[in-house]
Amino acid sequence: MLLRILLGLIGAGFAGALLASLGTDLATYFSSPAEESAEHAFHKEPKALHLASDGPFGKFDRQQLQRGFQVYKEVCAACHSMNLVAFRDLHALGYSEAEVKAIANQWMIEVPSVNPDTGEAATRKAIPADRFPSPYPNETAARAANNNALPPDLSLIAKAREGGPAYTYSLLTGYADPNSYRNEAGEALPAANRPGTGLHFNPYFANLNIAMPPPLVSAGQVTYAEGNPQPTVDQMAKDVSAFLMWAAEPKLENRHRYGLATVIFLLIATVLGYLSYQNIWAEAKRKVRVTGPLDPVNKAKRTRASRKAGVKD
Amino acid sequence: MSFAWAKPYEPKTEFGKWIDARLPLPRLAYGAVGGGYPVPRNLNYLWNFGVAAGLFLVIQIVTGIVLAMHYYASADGAFNSVEHIMRDVNAGWMLRYAHANGASFFFIVVYIHIFRGLFYGSYKAPRELVWMLGLVIYLLMMATAFLGYVLPWGQMSYWGAQVITGFFSAFPLVGEPIRVWLLGGYAPDQAALTRFFSLHYLLPFVIAAVVVLHIWALHIPGSGNPTGVDVKNEKDTLPFHPFYTAKDGWFTGAILVAYTAVLFFAPNALGHPDNYIQANPLATPAHIVPEWYFWPFYAILRAFTVDFLWIIPAKLWGVLAMFFSILLLFFLPWLDKSPVRSGHYRPVFKRFFWLLMLDILVLGYVGGAEINAFNIALGQFASAYYFIHFLIILPLVSAFEKPLPLPNSISESVLHGEKQEAAPIGAPARAGATAAE
Amino acid sequence: MVAQVAEDHSLRRRDFINIAAVSFAGVGAAATVLPLVNQMSPSADVLALASTEIDISKIAPGQAIKTIWRKQPVFVRNLTPAEIAAANAVRVSDLRDPQTLAERTKPGKHNWLITLGVCTHLGCVPLGTGEGENRGEYGGYFCPCHGSHYDTAARIRKGPAPLNLQVPDYEFTSDTVVTIG
Repeated sequence: MLLRILLGLIGAGFAGALLASLGTDLATYFSSPAEESAEHAFHKEPKALHLASDGPFGKFDRQQLQRGFQVYKEVCAACHSMNLVAFRDLHALGYSEAEVKAIANQWMIEVPSVNPDTGEAATRKAIPADRFPSPYPNETAARAANNNALPPDLSLIAKAREGGPAYTYSLLTGYADPNSYRNEAGEALPAANRPGTGLHFNPYFANLNIAMPPPLVSAGQVTYAEGNPQPTVDQMAKDVSAFLMWAAEPKLENRHRYGLATVIFLLIATVLGYLSYQNIWAEAKRKVRVTGPLDPVNKAKRTRASRKAGVKD
Repeated sequence: MSFAWAKPYEPKTEFGKWIDARLPLPRLAYGAVGGGYPVPRNLNYLWNFGVAAGLFLVIQIVTGIVLAMHYYASADGAFNSVEHIMRDVNAGWMLRYAHANGASFFFIVVYIHIFRGLFYGSYKAPRELVWMLGLVIYLLMMATAFLGYVLPWGQMSYWGAQVITGFFSAFPLVGEPIRVWLLGGYAPDQAALTRFFSLHYLLPFVIAAVVVLHIWALHIPGSGNPTGVDVKNEKDTLPFHPFYTAKDGWFTGAILVAYTAVLFFAPNALGHPDNYIQANPLATPAHIVPEWYFWPFYAILRAFTVDFLWIIPAKLWGVLAMFFSILLLFFLPWLDKSPVRSGHYRPVFKRFFWLLMLDILVLGYVGGAEINAFNIALGQFASAYYFIHFLIILPLVSAFEKPLPLPNSISESVLHGEKQEAAPIGAPARAGATAAE
Repeated sequence: MVAQVAEDHSLRRRDFINIAAVSFAGVGAAATVLPLVNQMSPSADVLALASTEIDISKIAPGQAIKTIWRKQPVFVRNLTPAEIAAANAVRVSDLRDPQTLAERTKPGKHNWLITLGVCTHLGCVPLGTGEGENRGEYGGYFCPCHGSHYDTAARIRKGPAPLNLQVPDYEFTSDTVVTIG
């Protein structure tokens, strides 16, 4: 009994603290409500992007991945590392062993190594076993070269952002003129949120102003081989987004394949298990016959009894 | 273990008898989960979730041990070692996703198991220790999950560790020294990571030991059932094997279908994208949130915004309330002293139970949602209701409500006119009464 | 007494579904073991380094280099004609591990001796590749740990080692590049 009183008081204490908080917060809200932040008013959710890898049965479009890789190589790799992906992983894009070796060997950035004669830091050409070398030796160098901004590594970017490849696609095609831009409500960007030097307005970016200048500016920036669609900005953005999705999740196709097999197997196993269960329980001579209120025969009596007790059942 | 009509174990083979005379494990198994354990025959599917929880414990331990063969607990290398598992280790991606989603499913299953206990009064005499051991398991699971989430050393791993260890600094005087002691430093770093790995590996085995105690404590009185009426005689029960092995077997298959569907087709749905960014002590994520199974507690933690009662700052209120929200569950058998176990026969209690379920859902939503005035207020209401429900409403309801009449027994009597009848615990048997009112 | 399934004979013909269900589950359990065992096999990045290419264009006759293959040392030596003659002059039946130089090199490239740099006694790295290093009494390699002497064809001549230095699988992918493994 004493315990219950004590616990009741504690409960009242917490409830009191909460109601005090609620009261104070409501008072603050009504007297000086927080204004909608500019980020909130101007930030846009990513545009829809439909890739071959979407959905439970998605597969990569190898042609598109190769185009995307080309865009990464010729546009992005100068600043963005991809240090979790190895050259040998490019086999999955459909390149042969010789092609992969050539890509590694001719990669514009060399892999750090040691001069065998002097012991000084040196570089060597990459081999397929190497991961993509970073364009900068360390974070400080990267920031120094990019106006104190750090170009993020792109190996996982498609999984590290809400919206994934749709986000990267929207970002790459979403740069806008901060002076003429109007959001859905027709408002202009407040002066405080216009980009300063070294920043560029992009409503798809969480903070609205991004340090990266638009990387894809004109059609034909990258030349696609025969048999591919035209390299418009939109197409290049889609292709590199597809490639980044692969880079983040190279095992996607395996996952879907094993998944289908496993789920189907388990469905069959469950059905067999259910039939076996019914078979075994058929032998439990009779079903449970419950007496009293749970007995369906007494439902009417139960309803009457509850109503008499003053409780609607 | 406890019913007179339980079939005794009788080894038929020579080998069986040889083992039985030396180390009677088969006898133990037979009496615990075999043909020698009588179980009420009227259990519904909510009773399947204990076994499902056990299954997920095994899945987590097996996938965890195998992942530990490739994981590297270094602040510099942990994130890359996880990606090494995802990309280069044979079937590594499958094992990692199995472990991450296995944790979520373990919690889903355990929450349903706990809610079953709340509705059917499974915590009442004589099963109070079963309930409390279960709460101990739940606390250990929360600790294990928190420790495990730090290991990939992503942004959420790091900042989650900051926030949770930061709780301790809310306590006056001893708080900060305890926090530094826990971390082995002033912020989560190498020292914290290796010790978290060590403890994350250890705790599941502690959980397994407590699970053994939990099942042992249950098997003394035997399982409860949806009517809450005690087992009277043999007609009320069925041997666990083959009846409940079959039922648990097929239903576990169904749960595994859901689990594998998530694992293979939406493996990152329950996670947070920020954890695919390597930990950066200099950059705080826009919205730090724990994994979904901690969201109700996170909501309670953040609900307190005012320094109520002067000496206790809001932050400390939040931490105390969060801990107490679980601690109060230990007292449930004494908060709710109604002699009627099952919510089926307690119409007032039933109403409040569903209100509690709604409340917990709201708390869960608030814990994961963005912080704005509406959500904060919602969280404050929902947190207040949570404490009021358990600490004020339940004791009052259980003292003053009028329960519905209980059934005579779990199964119908074989002979008509049998006088022996069930009665609520504590009330005298009503001789000659039938279901008719 | 409530029917116990095991004793009821009328059940026998309907046991089939139970057996089917349990067998199906058993197959599933067995299939689950496969990835658990497979994950211990070498991962893709380890397999990628299972073969190494070595540029031999800079190794003059009489010189040797030490390089790494599968995390173990490899000796690549360009034998001089005198060393080749010395190797061929040995009576093979006298050797503890009888092998001719021809058997240990590629046809047309008998001057290229490529062996593991791991002593077959207890695994030390023998001396002899570097300028001025002790090459033992037979002019090949010398292991300082327990005094094994290898000749110009890296065959064991004196000391406790039981076998010649191991020759790994390799091939000349061009005149200046050798791929080991």
